Amino acid sequence: MNSANLPVGADYLRILPELVLTVFGLAIMLLDPLLHEEENRKTLGAIGLAGAVVALLSTLWMAGSPGYAFWNMVRVDGFSVFFHVLVLAVTVVLILTSYEYMSVQRIRAGEYYGLILFGAVGMCLMSSAVELVLIFIALEISSISTYILAGFRRRFAISSESSLKYFLLGSFATAFFLYGVSLMFGATGSTNIDEISKALTSGSVPTLAYLAMALMFIGLGFKIAAAPFHVWTPDVYEGAPAPIVGFMSTAPKAAAFAVLLRIIFEANAPGRFWLIWISAALSMTLGNTAALVQSNIKRLLAYSSIAHAGYMLVAFAADPELGASAVMFYAASYAAMNVGAFAVVSHFANLGERYVTLEDYEGLGRRAPVLAGALGIFLISLIGIPVTGGFFAKFYVFSAALKSNLIWLTLIGVINSAIGAYYYLRVIVVMYMREAREEVPVLPIPTALAAALVISLAATIYLGVLPGPVLDYAQRSAKQLVHGGVSTAAGPSDRVQIFQPK
Amino acid sequence: MNTSFLDPIILTLVTFIPAAGGILLLLFPRRHRDIRIFALIVTMLTFGLSLHLVANFHRKQTEFHYLIDRQWISTPNIHYHMGVDGISMWLVLLTTFLTPLCVLISWKSIQERVKEFFILLLILETALIGVFTSLDLFLFYFFWESTLIPMGLLIGIYGHGRKVYAAVKFFLYTMIASVFMLAALLWLYAKVGSFDFFSIQNAIRAGQVEGFATAAPWLFLGFFIAFAVKVPLFPFHTWLPDAHVEAPTAGSVLLAGVLLKMGTYGILRFNLGLFPDQSRHNAPWIAVLALIGIVYGALVAMVQPNMKRVIAYSSVSHLGFVVLGIFSFTQAGLNGAMFVMLAHGVSTGALFMLAGIIYERKHTYEIADMGGLATPMPKYATFFSFIVLASVGLPLLNGFVGEFLVLTGAFLAHPWWGAVGATGVIWSACYLLWMYQRVFFGKVTHPENSTLPDISPREQLALWPTAVAALAMGVAPLLWLNIIDPAIQNTLAPFAQIASKVVGQ
Repeated sequence: MNSANLPVGADYLRILPELVLTVFGLAIMLLDPLLHEEENRKTLGAIGLAGAVVALLSTLWMAGSPGYAFWNMVRVDGFSVFFHVLVLAVTVVLILTSYEYMSVQRIRAGEYYGLILFGAVGMCLMSSAVELVLIFIALEISSISTYILAGFRRRFAISSESSLKYFLLGSFATAFFLYGVSLMFGATGSTNIDEISKALTSGSVPTLAYLAMALMFIGLGFKIAAAPFHVWTPDVYEGAPAPIVGFMSTAPKAAAFAVLLRIIFEANAPGRFWLIWISAALSMTLGNTAALVQSNIKRLLAYSSIAHAGYMLVAFAADPELGASAVMFYAASYAAMNVGAFAVVSHFANLGERYVTLEDYEGLGRRAPVLAGALGIFLISLIGIPVTGGFFAKFYVFSAALKSNLIWLTLIGVINSAIGAYYYLRVIVVMYMREAREEVPVLPIPTALAAALVISLAATIYLGVLPGPVLDYAQRSAKQLVHGGVSTAAGPSDRVQIFQPK
Repeated sequence: MNTSFLDPIILTLVTFIPAAGGILLLLFPRRHRDIRIFALIVTMLTFGLSLHLVANFHRKQTEFHYLIDRQWISTPNIHYHMGVDGISMWLVLLTTFLTPLCVLISWKSIQERVKEFFILLLILETALIGVFTSLDLFLFYFFWESTLIPMGLLIGIYGHGRKVYAAVKFFLYTMIASVFMLAALLWLYAKVGSFDFFSIQNAIRAGQVEGFATAAPWLFLGFFIAFAVKVPLFPFHTWLPDAHVEAPTAGSVLLAGVLLKMGTYGILRFNLGLFPDQSRHNAPWIAVLALIGIVYGALVAMVQPNMKRVIAYSSVSHLGFVVLGIFSFTQAGLNGAMFVMLAHGVSTGALFMLAGIIYERKHTYEIADMGGLATPMPKYATFFSFIVLASVGLPLLNGFVGEFLVLTGAFLAHPWWGAVGATGVIWSACYLLWMYQRVFFGKVTHPENSTLPDISPREQLALWPTAVAALAMGVAPLLWLNIIDPAIQNTLAPFAQIASKVVGQ
């Protein structure tokens, strides 16, 4: 074997965030048994936080050298950098939220922070992998971590139920994905996204490719909680620890959307239109109507996340460039508002997550004005009212859809977002306009949580007032994604010549 | 004093000073008196600045004034584009005029969560002014939706009775309706590539919008539904009585005084401005709905046992006049419609303040619990009668001019529209005067009413401006109409062409 075929420094630089996360994750696992339980929560949390922040910084470094790595399996481009930043920012906020949560809930912290970092490795890799098998492996890394994290409230049967349900259905779904990958290999002779794209765009599309696309969509549809593969969502969200739900509903979901974007818009997988159309319409309608009758805030937000997956899917049926950038923007603003909402929910839940029904939120506006105000802004953003990121997110998705003449789907979408307003509003109404029937204790706001809230609030408002920069970035990387290759947009990379496919 | 250096930034100042004041209030300690005084200063300052708009307005210049056009977001192409003409300027002024009065009238009645109340009120003012000054459709929609949250919270937190029900109903009705406007707006953007009002208008007029002919009826409806719910036009009016009755006084004043005008303003600016053919085409059924609104609103108002409900339904009736005037497509009709909007804002605002004053004393709006109030509260009775007469349409007071013009326009368009509409004037005299009689005349029927204190100097301070405005608008309507008319003629210009096209055939 030629020495040129061994990985070089640039290869490692292009997976630097993943490496950083792994090292910090391992450090947490090693330190865990050496520390006393009470103090390890704080220390390990700090290490986890440091890991996520360093990974975030190394992403910025990585962004400076776009190109392929590890024999065309990984590609750093604007697109993967965007999702790296997204996933890592969510991880930072999650760790900040968990900081206090862990001691309130009396949960052992070691594996918890470790698994969060390992999960983030998988999610980051999902966005930069351009090889279906590697995507599958990354998907599994991220999924297995989240399966375990969902069951972390060990003392509660409902949490174990959540974890088990997630695990069983999730592995079933990834099997579908793997099946789709193998059929795609059969249809095109490759598992590399670029080569698949070449095979599918030159000449006739084999029938097998349609089936492969459908199967992969089932697998990913499960991960993004799109109807009709959404049934697990409310139960899993109800049982899992609240900060983890905030994480599950944003980071792995964003990563799965990244994979879907790669498969649909970069690999040009065939037969997307009706698949997406039906799934989007179903997700929006089922998610919103079911959320109307929920009385548990976690279930309510679970159904809301199904609905939001539906809005994002709308963009997949649109013109590739417009659609991809709309999805990216949506993923970012949804992450900001949802992770923030769950930060409030998890703080307010208190010991054993006792206070998670809407009744417990009565009079919160008076008793905890800061928390209620923050949650109110996140909910307003979820409704899609101006001055918040949620508004522009919906706006871009629907305008992309209209530009592609998807008038009916847009109409279903806008009507759904009006229906959605009702249940978010119900929470605001309960917080501000009802008097508390019983005194529900509210803990003082710890610094870490305050930081988490400030970050997500700032992101939500920033995306709602000055969406330009983020959207411009998304559009540039979407263009790159759709028209193929880093070489056009970011200049030829050092490794591309050696490994150019024959 | 030469203040023309303010011209390019005046609209930004007027729009955002209230919200900036609201944000400053966040930092205030919870001393209620300071908060109230600060809110009063901010709203007075805004009113003072808005007078600059009138002072430097050039009547002869038919284009928009005080334009400012900056790029806000590059993709999509959204501009911070503001400007006022004779129509929107008066509505801005109406808003800045009413808000300080709202602060005064809420001085005593709001005792809990005072800080939040005034923050919401100030943010609401910004959103309302923004609706009238925006010339970018996106910016317009942005402000339009922004009014919902503060208003909804004002009703839901500070209202009484079934306040939560009323707040949610208000929010959902208007939110769902404006979603259709958003869809229409996005369609226009997809085809024109701009949200700019003038660009879209020119593209439509020049026939450069692909597929416009088939989409126009739907676009017209999309905008119209959003506006009709806000007006509210029969049969979309059911949210209004609930919202009004349960809202706190200041909320009712702004709701009736300004929020409803957002709907009629929208129809005037966007439905007529962008879709003249469709407006013409749909005028018959809309005018019929307006007529039903006039008569139905009046008849229902007559049998209400609750003072605030009477005023609320009278709004349905009066706003029917506005819509009728607009869809008469005559110069008189449109001028009248605009004048009714302003007059209704002043006198209904005052009526709600008067209702609030009695509520502060008796904690009820039931007419049956009043009776003979003229004896213990003579000053109150005088103000009330003056405003009732203005609202009824007594010549030389503000209600008369607008209704007269609207009816003239309606007669010109279709004699029977005018005939049916004219009955509305009679009805309004019936329900308002009857209510006045039951509340104030005769002996004091409930002994506890005989000791009610008359209105305080602060309350008088809130009422005098409305009374003066009502009189001034009635005696010298030309001060207003001279500025309104050129803008109306501008709006009507494409209609003259349509008419001549029809005649030419």
